[in-house]
Amino acid sequence: MANLFIKCPECGTTHFNKILSKTLFVCPECGFHHKLTSMVRLKYTIDKGSFSEFDRKMRSMDPLNFPGYDDKLKNVIKQTGSYSAVIAGEAKIKGEPVVVMVMDTRFIMASMGSVVGEKIAKGFEYATEKKLPVVVFCASGGARMQEGILSLMQMAKTSAAVKRHSDAGLLYISVLTHPTTGGVTASFAYLGDIILAEPKALIGFAGPRVIEQTINQKLPEGFQRAEFLLEHGMLDQIVPREFMRDTLANLLKMHRVSILRNNKKFRIEQYGLK
Amino acid sequence: MAKKDIEKELRDLQSKLDNLKSEISDNSDTALLPIIKQMEDNASTLKVELYRKITPGERIQLARHPNRPTTLDYINYLITDFVQLHGDRRFADDHAMVGGIGMFEGIPVTVIGTQKGKDTKDNIKRHFGMPHPEGYRKALRLMEQAEKFGRPIINFIDTAGAYPGLGAEERGQGEAIAYNLYKMSTLKTPVISIITGEGGSGGALALAVADKVFMLTNSIYSVISPEGCASILWKDSSKAMDAAQALKIDANNLLQMGIIDGIIEEPEGGAHQDYAGMAENIKNKLRSALEELSQYEIEHLLEARYAKFRKIGVFKEG
Repeated sequence: MANLFIKCPECGTTHFNKILSKTLFVCPECGFHHKLTSMVRLKYTIDKGSFSEFDRKMRSMDPLNFPGYDDKLKNVIKQTGSYSAVIAGEAKIKGEPVVVMVMDTRFIMASMGSVVGEKIAKGFEYATEKKLPVVVFCASGGARMQEGILSLMQMAKTSAAVKRHSDAGLLYISVLTHPTTGGVTASFAYLGDIILAEPKALIGFAGPRVIEQTINQKLPEGFQRAEFLLEHGMLDQIVPREFMRDTLANLLKMHRVSILRNNKKFRIEQYGLK
Repeated sequence: MAKKDIEKELRDLQSKLDNLKSEISDNSDTALLPIIKQMEDNASTLKVELYRKITPGERIQLARHPNRPTTLDYINYLITDFVQLHGDRRFADDHAMVGGIGMFEGIPVTVIGTQKGKDTKDNIKRHFGMPHPEGYRKALRLMEQAEKFGRPIINFIDTAGAYPGLGAEERGQGEAIAYNLYKMSTLKTPVISIITGEGGSGGALALAVADKVFMLTNSIYSVISPEGCASILWKDSSKAMDAAQALKIDANNLLQMGIIDGIIEEPEGGAHQDYAGMAENIKNKLRSALEELSQYEIEHLLEARYAKFRKIGVFKEG
């Protein structure tokens, strides 16, 4: 966030970066939730100093020798200082242990190729082994075209890893942020036990442009926004950024593994029945 | 000359030839013999042209050929006592997805597939073979039914992709596909998927989380249509053939990359030239795959299915 000013894509108002950083990058005019880098998102979400990152340097190769991909990767790594479009690790949210993964749209629109797929699958496998809940902040333009079919297969791979985590009785909270589309929507993003979204986030499978071309008509206002999806039963709740950390902590607290799953018997003494 | 035109010329020639031959046998007029000889030579030249090594562009044309056999054609050739089952029990019956139960080589199976139309009217009813969420939910309902009754599942895939539209989004196209991937990964029965024409992105994958995935020689399987890729990357959909080349969407490349488990040969000139021959090749492959899969305990099958998708991906550990 090196820019001095940031223009709101929703209402067009320009604000000082410094002011926006005080509102958690929520537009003071219209309430639009700006995209966050994964590091800023973590800062807003997890307990300070609690993060231990997995596979920070895992990076994409160019398995298809796709025109221009190699240069694109080099540039984006240089620009962002990250090696991939997702950051994964173990952390605490208000003391609740969790595997947290955050996607970053600065990195080729957080599209999912082999690395995103591998890190997400590995994160779920780690959480399954350690009996930890998972929180994923999703954002993505879809599958990464430059890795062809390998990208498509990451949808199957991540979904299967979520299934194993779920079958172990563990909680997965998916948070859909602006924008979450394509292959990510059609895999782990929509597989949460609980699915939250940020206000006005664009969420969908097919992009609005493709749909307009197909049905040859203008789409209604608010189409594919979080509010539209909530109305159609596709989300559990829309949570404004300022309440996200508390909401997550509250949900995590109610799903503590030791209480719910270790034994067949429901052990209320761990809560202390009042 | 485009393959389609050659095909048409060949067909015309063949029918003229057949007419002439029947005339000869009627009145044994030997003067016609040299003409017939000439026509037969022309026909074989056309055939050579038609069946020479085809380019990626021509392969896409074949994969999308309007006369390509559809799921219901294959069911007709391969499955006896077929009972079609309809509806997702939630919203509607999607005609872009068909399915049911029937007998394959003596055993009961569940067969599901995307269904393209045979003509314009049929295509409109079937949304050109692009399923809505209710199609994927119907497919999953039938797959879970197969699991309950211990029937193997055979999926036929030929779709440009999941339908991109208003209603599809309202009813959760992304969720419907995601949920199929999720549930299929642990279905406790063997699943075999065959890409028969177009394997279009998530809309195809939603039927292809399988123990065995096969492709017909001239089918394609891709993360995005070549046209879509070209228009996003190069803002120019006419560069589709460059994109097709770059995306490596043909069966040979995908077999080499370990994405699919085998290729089913098409009859000369493509599946649409010989439905029965195509079905026969599919039958043989299905039989051997079912024989192989039936040897495993279900737990072993599920481990192998997980491992198969888990290992796909190319990256540097860092």
